[in-house]
Amino acid sequence: MRASWLRWAIPAAVVPVLMLLAYGFKTNPREIPSPLLDRPAAAFTVTTFAGSPLSLEGLRGKVVMLNFWASWCRPACYEEAPALERTWREYKDKGVVVVGIDIQDRDEAARAFLAEFGHSFPNAPDPAGRIAVDYGVYGVPETFFIDRNGRVRFKQVGALTDELARQRLDTLLKEPS
Amino acid sequence: MIRGLAGVLATLLLLAGAAGAVPVDETTVHDVAAQLRCVVCQSLSVADSPSETASQMRGIIRERLAAGESPAEVRAYFVEKYGEWILLAPPKSGFNLLVWVVPFAGLGLGLVLVAVVLRRWSRKIPPGAPAGVDPALRERIRREMSETENP
Repeated sequence: MRASWLRWAIPAAVVPVLMLLAYGFKTNPREIPSPLLDRPAAAFTVTTFAGSPLSLEGLRGKVVMLNFWASWCRPACYEEAPALERTWREYKDKGVVVVGIDIQDRDEAARAFLAEFGHSFPNAPDPAGRIAVDYGVYGVPETFFIDRNGRVRFKQVGALTDELARQRLDTLLKEPS
Repeated sequence: MIRGLAGVLATLLLLAGAAGAVPVDETTVHDVAAQLRCVVCQSLSVADSPSETASQMRGIIRERLAAGESPAEVRAYFVEKYGEWILLAPPKSGFNLLVWVVPFAGLGLGLVLVAVVLRRWSRKIPPGAPAGVDPALRERIRREMSETENP
């Protein structure tokens, strides 16, 4: 009779462990919710590849699509590059600014990337990685959508598509400033 | 409001800068970096990773320490940006407390279980008591023993 409770105790002990494992294996270790959503976007001032100063503060009142990229980021950054330029052309007269931040890159390679895709929106390097860390970037490409009040509202990890950009920007443009 | 806060922060940073950069001990930089997860690697700390990202993060740690922030403040800065995910060891509070408590609780429970089982076993066999031998067998042994002694 003594063995009867032991016979049940062992499977009973295994159940919670299995449940924990099932939960753990289902979650993606690379999928991390950004703590920055709905919080004020970190300010930055940069000098673009074209040589002009650009500060996020100066863009207050506009919806900002902030894209982190690198010329070595294949294939995702190359996949999304045409969509970024198309989005910029479609939305620049509607109160949207697209800003590209190039991280961990060589100047020459970055300029070649911009020339290849004919990017006409402002792009700037982040040589010390300060802006990338301020935005909790852990890989490229990552895109942040900042509303008119300067709050981070959406984050896209991985290549951006026209549809996704449109959906996010339209949402933010509809909001009263 | 936010602008005001940013202004205060900028002034503080400027003051810290004006007071002269605090000399930074490389061991402190390493200590902070060792607690942070390298964001582009799996299971490597910022101190151990040779990646450029980690090297830039070490630069940022050094910079913030030089500006007069404490190691805890620098750590908090990274948590603010990346969430608790950035910490290699989960903080000992809230749900995470389970991670710290369950292994020790399990160990304790196991030890108690072993103690209980051992005590039961030792109670089952009282010393010197030839428990449960078939009386017929005992009789036969006795007979055979006396036969060998007195052939």
